[in-house]
Amino acid sequence: MSLNEFMATNFQQFWELTGFANATWQHLVMLVVGLFFLWLAIKKNFEPMLLVPIGFGILIGNIPFNGAAGLEVGIYEEGSVLNILYNGVSAGWYPPLIFLGIGAMTDFSALIANPKLMLVGAAAQFGIFGAYMVALALGFAPDQAGAIAIIGGADGPTAIFLSSKLAPNLMGAIAVSAYSYMALVPLIQPPIMRLLTTKHERVIKMKPARAVSQNEKIIFPIVGLLLTCFVVPSGIPLLGMLFFGNLLRECGVTNRLAKTASNALTDIVTILLGMTVGASTQASEFLTLDTIFIFALGFMAFIIASASGVLFVKIFNLFLPASKKLNPLIGNAGVSAVPMSARISNNLGLEYDPSNYLLMHAMGPNVAGVIGSAVAAGVLLGFLA
Amino acid sequence: MKKKLSILLIAIVGCAVAVSAQGRRGLRINEVMVQNDSNYVDDYGLHQAWIELYNSTYAPMEISSVYLSNDPAQPKKYPVPLGDVNTEIPPRQHVVFWADGEPNKGTFHLNFKLTPGKDNWIGIYDANGVTLIDSITIPASLAPNSSYARLRDGEGSGVEAWSIRDGSDEAYITPSSNNRIIDTNSKVEMFAETDGHGFGLTLMAMCIVFSALLLLSLSFYAISRIGARISTRNKARSQGIETKLMPREERPNHDSGEEIAAIVMALHDHLNAHDKESTILTINKVRKSYSPWSSKIYGLRELPHR
Repeated sequence: MSLNEFMATNFQQFWELTGFANATWQHLVMLVVGLFFLWLAIKKNFEPMLLVPIGFGILIGNIPFNGAAGLEVGIYEEGSVLNILYNGVSAGWYPPLIFLGIGAMTDFSALIANPKLMLVGAAAQFGIFGAYMVALALGFAPDQAGAIAIIGGADGPTAIFLSSKLAPNLMGAIAVSAYSYMALVPLIQPPIMRLLTTKHERVIKMKPARAVSQNEKIIFPIVGLLLTCFVVPSGIPLLGMLFFGNLLRECGVTNRLAKTASNALTDIVTILLGMTVGASTQASEFLTLDTIFIFALGFMAFIIASASGVLFVKIFNLFLPASKKLNPLIGNAGVSAVPMSARISNNLGLEYDPSNYLLMHAMGPNVAGVIGSAVAAGVLLGFLA
Repeated sequence: MKKKLSILLIAIVGCAVAVSAQGRRGLRINEVMVQNDSNYVDDYGLHQAWIELYNSTYAPMEISSVYLSNDPAQPKKYPVPLGDVNTEIPPRQHVVFWADGEPNKGTFHLNFKLTPGKDNWIGIYDANGVTLIDSITIPASLAPNSSYARLRDGEGSGVEAWSIRDGSDEAYITPSSNNRIIDTNSKVEMFAETDGHGFGLTLMAMCIVFSALLLLSLSFYAISRIGARISTRNKARSQGIETKLMPREERPNHDSGEEIAAIVMALHDHLNAHDKESTILTINKVRKSYSPWSSKIYGLRELPHR
């Protein structure tokens, strides 16, 4: 073999390994999607903590390569580095760690001070089951429908956890859909809230919440864990970690652990979770008709969840004395998406009455929504797994 | 000190009980063939009677040092040898022992045989040789090449939990495999068949979600009432009056976050009341720390001396 032939053969082989030789239009579409997510996060500041890792993960996961070359670089290739990192998603142990951090970050005082707000968090879960019914009508199997419907819980870790158990093949689309809509909550919710409330209702001033003692804050995670997990044991991984994180925060003797759980640990897991979820959206797995249905169902689930929260508060008000009426603008916060949806309640309230601060009132249903969506996930897991 | 010791003792006993409960008690005799003429063959290519054990727990189970026996009077007849990695049964999995009376062939070959045409009692004893973990009597009527198996792996007790399997399509023999082969998710199929629109699941699930949060809500309503009552009582005690006589507005449960914030702000203003800005001067000592790793004399190559 002459030197020229030798070099030509090797260049040819090298070319076949490059992304240029293996690219398809699906890869290019997904790369554009990844760039769009990065643009949303960096330029529009839409949930950058989530969308930057996911967007970049989409780029990583959609760089074309020759799978037959045995390079072991793909996220679905056994033993590859990405595959090892992806285990936290596929085996479902990243979401409980995120819940540990959420528990360590969350102050449940608003909920403890006004326990009836927990019911608003329960009502908003109707979004999940409304989407479940529509998904069934579209021809999805019950377990797939359950996994898709959980997008309505507006809780990324819960959506990943449940879909990894019920429909692992749809997990990438479900996770990206859940996080995308969570980022778009400021655009989705206000029109629904305006549509379903009157001007008079939007300016209702709620009674300030009472002060909550330290003992109550310590008892909350313990009682919360026992009660919710006795009702739905399948929610133990999420609820257990959520309440454990909260106990670390509130007990006052584990400040270092609470600080680690709420800062370093959550940051590490968020980076790994976001990046691997993004990378799992390989064009071959992601660009299907099912993905379009999942995005449509997710959008609908968000709308139903927000609307049912607001409507529930309006119905609840019928039974409350005039001095204890709730502002229906806090109803949307029943869909987890902590604390974005509570901020939306507050901003909309201030728009109609600059002295009406609803943030702390909305935080009640907001954190109840986290518990509610974890319970709903446990119920779906119990029924369909 | 005594109190601490007793708490520690209770904790240790509790842990020991929990560990014991999760130990080898989950080991089950799952399927047995007494006369094997043409069925499963062992590592030596021989047809021998076999006993399948099943780990019914969700954790790996190490079974070395448990005893297998076919005689209740000799519970320690065959100790499962130590040091064989294969004696760890994965969760919800099986292991087959050969009842060929030839223990020298390896860990899974027992030192006793089963007798066709007679009732065969088989028992597993824990490492103490006393605690019977599981036992079964294989009926004498069991035909050659038929097995006696649990209907569901590791579940049930008594003869109603067992059936005779002759190897037909309806009664297949499954050494080292699940007795009940699950090829579909029955739950999902049931929901697909009976609740095609999803109303049933929605109704049930929303009831459960509401019940869980209502329960939590009621508990905290009760806890806050109890907490407020205790605070009121303590406050009344500190003032030396009866709780009933304490004015409503002075009761602690009427403190709101806003009131506390106002008090804190007032205190802050009061304590920081001054005409001039504070003049605290902070001097930080700046010192360059030395490390041989950053020293130039080690970083630059010295020219050779002539």
